[in-house]
Amino acid sequence: MTAASSAAASGAQAVATNGRQARVARLTVRGIVLVYLGLLLVLPVAMVFVRAFEGGIGPVLQAISRPAFQSAFMLTVTITAITVPVCTFFGVITALAIARRRFPGRSILNSLVDLPFALSPVVIGLSLFLVYGSNSPIGEFLANNGITVIFALPGMVLATIFVCLPFVIREVVPVLREIGTDQEEAAYTLGAGSIRTFMRVTLPAIRWGILYGVILTVARSLGEFGAVAIVSGKISGKTITLTTHVQERYEAFDIVGAYTASIVLATMALLVLFGMQLYQSGRLSRKGSSEEEPQGLLLGPVPAAGTNSQGGA
Amino acid sequence: MAIRIAGVSKRFGEFQALHDVSLDVTDGELTALLGPSGSGKSTLLRIIAGLEVPDAGEIWLNERDVTTIPPQQRGVGFVFQHYAPFKHMTVFDNVAFGLTIRKRPKDEIQRKVRDLLKLVQIDQFADRYPAQLSGGQRQRMALARALAVEPEVLLLDEPFGALDARVRKELRAWLRRLHDETHVTTVFVTHDQEEAMDVADRIVVMDHGRIEQVGPPRELYERPANEFVMSFIGPVNRLGQTWVRPHDIDILLEPTDNATEAMIDRVVYLGFEVRVELTRTDGSQVSVQVPRGEAEQLELKAGQIVYARASRERVFEAASSVGPAAPAA
Amino acid sequence: MSARPLRRPGAIGSYDGRGLLGPGLAALYLGLIVMIPIAVLFWQSLGQGLDSFIAAVTSPQALGALKLTFAASFIVLIINAVMGTLVAWVLVRDEFPGKRIIEALIDLPFALPTIVTGLTLLALYGPRSPFGINIAYQQVSILIALLFVTLPFMVRSVQPVLLELDRDMEEAAASLGASPFTVIRRVVLPNLAPAILTGGALGFARCMGEFGSVVLISGNIPLKTEVSSVYIKGLIEGDQPDAAAAVSIVLLVVSLVLLTVFDIVRRRISRHSEAT
Repeated sequence: MTAASSAAASGAQAVATNGRQARVARLTVRGIVLVYLGLLLVLPVAMVFVRAFEGGIGPVLQAISRPAFQSAFMLTVTITAITVPVCTFFGVITALAIARRRFPGRSILNSLVDLPFALSPVVIGLSLFLVYGSNSPIGEFLANNGITVIFALPGMVLATIFVCLPFVIREVVPVLREIGTDQEEAAYTLGAGSIRTFMRVTLPAIRWGILYGVILTVARSLGEFGAVAIVSGKISGKTITLTTHVQERYEAFDIVGAYTASIVLATMALLVLFGMQLYQSGRLSRKGSSEEEPQGLLLGPVPAAGTNSQGGA
Repeated sequence: MAIRIAGVSKRFGEFQALHDVSLDVTDGELTALLGPSGSGKSTLLRIIAGLEVPDAGEIWLNERDVTTIPPQQRGVGFVFQHYAPFKHMTVFDNVAFGLTIRKRPKDEIQRKVRDLLKLVQIDQFADRYPAQLSGGQRQRMALARALAVEPEVLLLDEPFGALDARVRKELRAWLRRLHDETHVTTVFVTHDQEEAMDVADRIVVMDHGRIEQVGPPRELYERPANEFVMSFIGPVNRLGQTWVRPHDIDILLEPTDNATEAMIDRVVYLGFEVRVELTRTDGSQVSVQVPRGEAEQLELKAGQIVYARASRERVFEAASSVGPAAPAA
Repeated sequence: MSARPLRRPGAIGSYDGRGLLGPGLAALYLGLIVMIPIAVLFWQSLGQGLDSFIAAVTSPQALGALKLTFAASFIVLIINAVMGTLVAWVLVRDEFPGKRIIEALIDLPFALPTIVTGLTLLALYGPRSPFGINIAYQQVSILIALLFVTLPFMVRSVQPVLLELDRDMEEAAASLGASPFTVIRRVVLPNLAPAILTGGALGFARCMGEFGSVVLISGNIPLKTEVSSVYIKGLIEGDQPDAAAAVSIVLLVVSLVLLTVFDIVRRRISRHSEAT
């Protein structure tokens, strides 16, 4: 109630009818927003660092030096290292297909891309579990040929690719649409073939979109929990990622261990955030020199319009 | 024959963009494709370039059937309406693009690009990016880029459309001079009749995916094949079944045979000429252009009753529906 | 944008939209990663027949989890519509030292792993809260977690629209005698409404499926604080994959239907605001 009426009052600032009243209103709204963000975002994150270092740096270093932590860390890095190139390569191909090609089923493809955003990570994990688990024909076939997917690295990678699939595509498609086909056609008339045109004209134009998609993919790969937890089986020292390590430590009442893994993840998240900011300010400065449309951070990617046709898909 | 278009048709979904279009363009000619939007002129240009594939018909470039040849191998230069600059490359790299694709030696590329940039008068901007150029400069860069690969045919899609009026006039004269120097067979698309008249050796008037008339500017103006061409090329008044150019109407102060009574709404001084806007007794509006001296001699004023007489008029056989007369220039 | 005939002499992977290599790879990628698993999920949910499907999704615990998930998502949507818009407003229309930091922090929930979010909230609002506020294992803790993870959706959806919003329009309204409140209600909000709905829909979809941030702090007490995704996970671990698939399908279909409704409303509103 107060929030709404303060919002109303802050309109006075834009309208500039009553300077003093407007100032009060603006400060009120600012105060509400800062308190809200402080309680919801800033304090909790700061608190993790406080908790982790409560007993000094010793226990933290000790937690980091444990093999369980290190194997979890390595596993998370491995999954990310596989997921990111796959999502980038196929993401760019899929984005090109959606933005540049006309073929039957294109709209179905387009809505499938958004599906991971509408699915619970647990459901994603479950669906992979059902496809590749030991009870399914596919899982059985693979197992007979010595390939285990579920409770092993391949399943965790598949789950991570599934949840990360939309990012690169949803960042690149709007950029492709925005740059249009003029530059590519110009390259063709100048004698460049498809591959050369892609490398020399299209790729340079979409590289920032790809980069941003990659940043989001990295963040999600490092931090994915639900989907990976389902297919990993949480085999100690083998299929425990950093995020499942956090839960496992917490449930084992090893608070310092849980918080230590958390601050490692949080630090990586802050680095990603920093990358996002660099990208944003870079985009702003680039914007000055071209007619790029401004777009939201994650919003270009997930228009509700895309999900509209999913019911039928 | 530099370009031969034979029986080309093109359909986009429900929209028939071109109906069985045939056209020959001779070597070294500067041709304008003129028509309103949706007339198919841009589609025809893109088909010549190979950027669109016709549903039927053939395209020949310099006695070579290129209908199934992709644009990379057609030897055409194409200048896009919005110039399609490669935004991430400098002006130099833009112009050099086609030559590097062809793996020409470095020094040759250097020399050639410099020459071209001089030719289009942007050599001082070689290291800039397209975003740092004005519209007219970008336009000239796009031209240099298209010319760099020594195309047999130069195609320009609304080359001056995105520029302001003054720059447009300058570039028009400049393109004409450039053509007179290089003699590359050139086809450009425009919806501006004045531009077409000003620059082209020959004008192809198109409407609804068909060619209405082909000829030198003067012929189209003086002997339009139909009312569409007449109304599209130059200002025109429609008086019942007849069509009259504004300067083919005399204004008289006394009634005579064949003259109709009208009241002056407005007298507009356009420099050498004066445009007199009349309303006839039947309510129809007529625009008349008279030399300034004559207007002053007649002391024409708004509100005055005068008599208008057509000195030269045209009647077209099949009086089909035609859009409103083009505004007086 | 018009359909072109599929006749292309020559070039493969050509420039005019007819190469099929790219689309083929894309279809293979999406088919393998997304479509087959979801198809198998549907198949499995009916694996034991329709009766057991219905039994699985109408068990008191399943219904409780679904209802809780839906209600929490809805409340979060409402709070986000107000607070997210306010945050966006402050970021666009206000100036103060440190605004850039706030601006950067908005994306933190996107970057922070959900399990860390859960632990984080537990550290502040759990049993050892420095403020003495302990909401762990209570329903309100679910709301806090969901508000945290969905904050950026609303803010980042409304912010660009607000940035683009022509202030002339507000000034025009004021010059016509509209009070600040009227300007907000009649001019600003109608223009923001489609963006609020988009952000709301994104956040809602996220809430319906959220798992990591909720699982630690909610305590997962059946019929009280157990959300659908946690319930599904329990079923998987209890070796009841068919029931898990059935509940998943209900969750999936409900979110898709609601997203579609959101989208229809948003389109109607946008059309209306374009017409005025």
